[in-house]
Amino acid sequence: MSHIAKPAARHPGQPVNKLGFSERDYEGGMSTLCAGCGHDSITAALVKAFFELDIEPHRVAKLSGIGCSSKTPAYFLSASHGFNSVHGRMPSVVTGANAAERSMAYVGVSGDGDSLSIGIGQFAHAVRRNLNMLYIIENNGVYGLTKGQFSASADLGSKPKKGAPNQLSPIDPVNMAISMGASFVARSFSGDKDQLVPLIKAGIRHDGFALIDVISPCVTFNDHDGSTKSYQYTRDNIVETIHTDFVPPRQEITVDFASGEVTSVRLHDGSHMLLKKVDKAYNADDRAAAISYIQHHQAEGRVVTGLLYFDGAEPEFHQVSGTCQEPLRDLPHNELCPGSEALAKLMKGYR
Amino acid sequence: MSNGCSPMEPTDTSNPDYFHKVVDCQWACPAHTNVPEYIRLIAQGRYDDAYMLNRQSNVFPGILGRVCDRPCEPACRRTRVDGKAVAICRLKRVAADHRSDVSDRLPRAPEKKNGKRIACIGAGCASLTVANDLMPLGYEITIFERFKQPGGLMRTNIPAFRLPVPVLDEEIEAIVDMGVDLRLGHEITSMKALLDEGFDAVFVGSGAPRGKELNLPGRDQGERIHIGIDWLESVAFKHIDAIGKKVLIIGVGNTAMDCCRTALRLGADDVKVMARKPRGFFKASDWELEDAEEENVEIVINHSPAAFLHDNGTLVGMRFDVMEYDIDNGRITETRKVDTVDLPCDDVILAIGQENAFPWIERDLDIEFDQWDVPVVDRTTFQSTRPGVFFGGDAAFGPENIIWAVEHGHQAAISIHQYCQSEALTDRLPPTMNLSSTKMGLHEWSYANDYSSATRQQMRHVDLDRRFDELEIEVELGFSREDFKAEVQRCLNCDVQTVFDTKLCIECDACIDICPTDCLTITKNGPESDLRNRLSAPAHTPGQDLFVSDGLPQTGRVMVKDEDLCVHCGLCAERCPTAAWDMQQFTINLKHVDQYAADKGASA
Repeated sequence: MSHIAKPAARHPGQPVNKLGFSERDYEGGMSTLCAGCGHDSITAALVKAFFELDIEPHRVAKLSGIGCSSKTPAYFLSASHGFNSVHGRMPSVVTGANAAERSMAYVGVSGDGDSLSIGIGQFAHAVRRNLNMLYIIENNGVYGLTKGQFSASADLGSKPKKGAPNQLSPIDPVNMAISMGASFVARSFSGDKDQLVPLIKAGIRHDGFALIDVISPCVTFNDHDGSTKSYQYTRDNIVETIHTDFVPPRQEITVDFASGEVTSVRLHDGSHMLLKKVDKAYNADDRAAAISYIQHHQAEGRVVTGLLYFDGAEPEFHQVSGTCQEPLRDLPHNELCPGSEALAKLMKGYR
Repeated sequence: MSNGCSPMEPTDTSNPDYFHKVVDCQWACPAHTNVPEYIRLIAQGRYDDAYMLNRQSNVFPGILGRVCDRPCEPACRRTRVDGKAVAICRLKRVAADHRSDVSDRLPRAPEKKNGKRIACIGAGCASLTVANDLMPLGYEITIFERFKQPGGLMRTNIPAFRLPVPVLDEEIEAIVDMGVDLRLGHEITSMKALLDEGFDAVFVGSGAPRGKELNLPGRDQGERIHIGIDWLESVAFKHIDAIGKKVLIIGVGNTAMDCCRTALRLGADDVKVMARKPRGFFKASDWELEDAEEENVEIVINHSPAAFLHDNGTLVGMRFDVMEYDIDNGRITETRKVDTVDLPCDDVILAIGQENAFPWIERDLDIEFDQWDVPVVDRTTFQSTRPGVFFGGDAAFGPENIIWAVEHGHQAAISIHQYCQSEALTDRLPPTMNLSSTKMGLHEWSYANDYSSATRQQMRHVDLDRRFDELEIEVELGFSREDFKAEVQRCLNCDVQTVFDTKLCIECDACIDICPTDCLTITKNGPESDLRNRLSAPAHTPGQDLFVSDGLPQTGRVMVKDEDLCVHCGLCAERCPTAAWDMQQFTINLKHVDQYAADKGASA
């Protein structure tokens, strides 16, 4: 953390987006995380993504649970809505908010502790519901706020700073999400914004649940030799499958598709993902193959990144539920709450 | 740094020039005054120390704090950050105004002399600097001055309402009182005769005393056409105390600004400065133009003088050609005369430049003069083609300004010392540097790194209805405490350098993410022109260097820093988990002659 405010000075060459905002306008308060924390890089990637998507900050809600990761929504988009929920319960709060107002962009920021231990049930069901949100797990394999105990995502044999290596099987949020029917699943690395920023943009624009599991090294408790979530280990073992470029609506796509290595996927708002296969053998539309590929590499200690699974046709929560388009706050009171007679009539129908 | 198409070499920060250049103000100052340090000293209330630090490099802080041409300010990084430079010059005046008696800290001459006698011609800033540097080493200095008072153009050409006489006197006395043999009213009319007097070395610091003429029809008639610098000199010595009501000033340089404002104080009420070209082509500094216009001087553009008009031998006006220019990209491409106008006036002052002149130097003394009849002077040693005869100030390379003359004096003093000690003149001591960490603890630094958004403080002036009462009323009031307290915080501490240790970097991006001005990038190395276009923010100020690290340990990419807009807030170092970035205070040691003498003493 820092004791001075970030200087108001800006680079005069800093570009502005279509709304006239510069990237600095998408920043939040000064981070109080440790210097060098991967989470701060993810924050910077989120700032960049929202800036480049020309999204008005007040059309965004950022939600989180408890943990180092869950502090980070304070550090971006200070002009957005925010909710810092009970530990592990962020998905429920997003579900409620999203049910009531579906036109906003929802970003949930969670950690491996918040999502894979106390909140694993909540996480799993948000995936199942295909809730329209971007769900970021800032995954460092340790509980940073409580001094670095292993979390549920720690790899077998990973060495802690002090004490015995981890002996419990890791929970892989990516595998879990793919197997539970998620429609957009990716993994990235806080130290690779070229990969992370387009994934965030695509995840925001994807109509459904978008999970990005971001390896985000804990410089204080998990960045040493023997750790499998350090900057060095991640860089040494990263295997990128599919690199995603995000192309906004109405922007010309200038890629040569002839080689067959690049495919274009249209998202519901008219933007495109350009998927470039880094590993030609990888297919992002085959759940079983994806799980097998990831597990196979995981056994070798490799970290598979990129867009790992995508299904643009899967209906999201509102489509499944047949809910109305308008935010609930805009409905006339007599429609929102038709009265006890209407309730009695409804109940009668179930008898 | 790199040749066109190969990747950039890692930056050699062991070369003192690299970090020196980052301190834009100090690099731009001909005398390399340590600006950020003296501003910090003012911030701490250490005015005496701030004054003495100034004096080391620029010798005349009180004078320069008022009238310096301040090359430091256009260079100031703050200009690129928020549009207005730190008021470096006027902060210098703060140090001078608020200091206590520093006489016990001024250099002194030893009782025992070293037996070497040096003659200086002209008691202006260049000669005085030579004396300032050489007297403490035991040299005996004789300064010959044609006027009855020392100071050169600082006294004769700068009006008292900009530079009060007591300020001038005090800083000159600090030097003369070391025991300089000052011969006032002693004009040197023959170099040959002077050389025959057996001095060990001669320094010519006689300035550029000849104002340029404007030979147009009617110039030979009447006494109401004045040469600017001669007229200012007559005013300074009180030989002239009045002027007509309507005055035309020809030329639009800094001398013209002094002439027009002086004329207002001697009784003129309609003063026009006549410029041949439009704004943007004026030679006067912006701030001098502003000050003149504040006093309701009219600056008339696109008027080229054509003739002086007389009626029965009395000057009645001037004729001008009205010009029209085509300007492309700041250059005049086409010139047309479109009209002719006559403007009435009582006096005309010509302020169209000045030059050095040496009618008193015989041409058979092996002092070579070039095709423009100016002496051939070495740019490093300031020696003429005759060994032992040195030139400095405006006498050396034509009119510049005080701060240049001071630096010439420092360099000439080194040469004179080397010459008198039979050492090679070109044997100059290279600058050395010191870097010391400002880290005091976790997030604590020994400098104020919190960025101040304050805008440049305005200098307050004496009210317009009072300032013309007497010539001596100093127009600028100086900064109040509130003013300068705010102004010192605008300094970005550019001397507190971002120093990078490649092998410690883990490429976590923390510094890049936090940098408020997008100075930092980790990327693949490449040729400079390519690299400049793919940084966090494109680097389009070519005069500002890129720092390029060695290959980083984890990926082999390089850390690149564009020095252009770094506000030295230190957040990169605060956010660095491995202390790969550190904020280190840089001090450059540019050797003056005392260090040549000390080195010699140490080795002997």
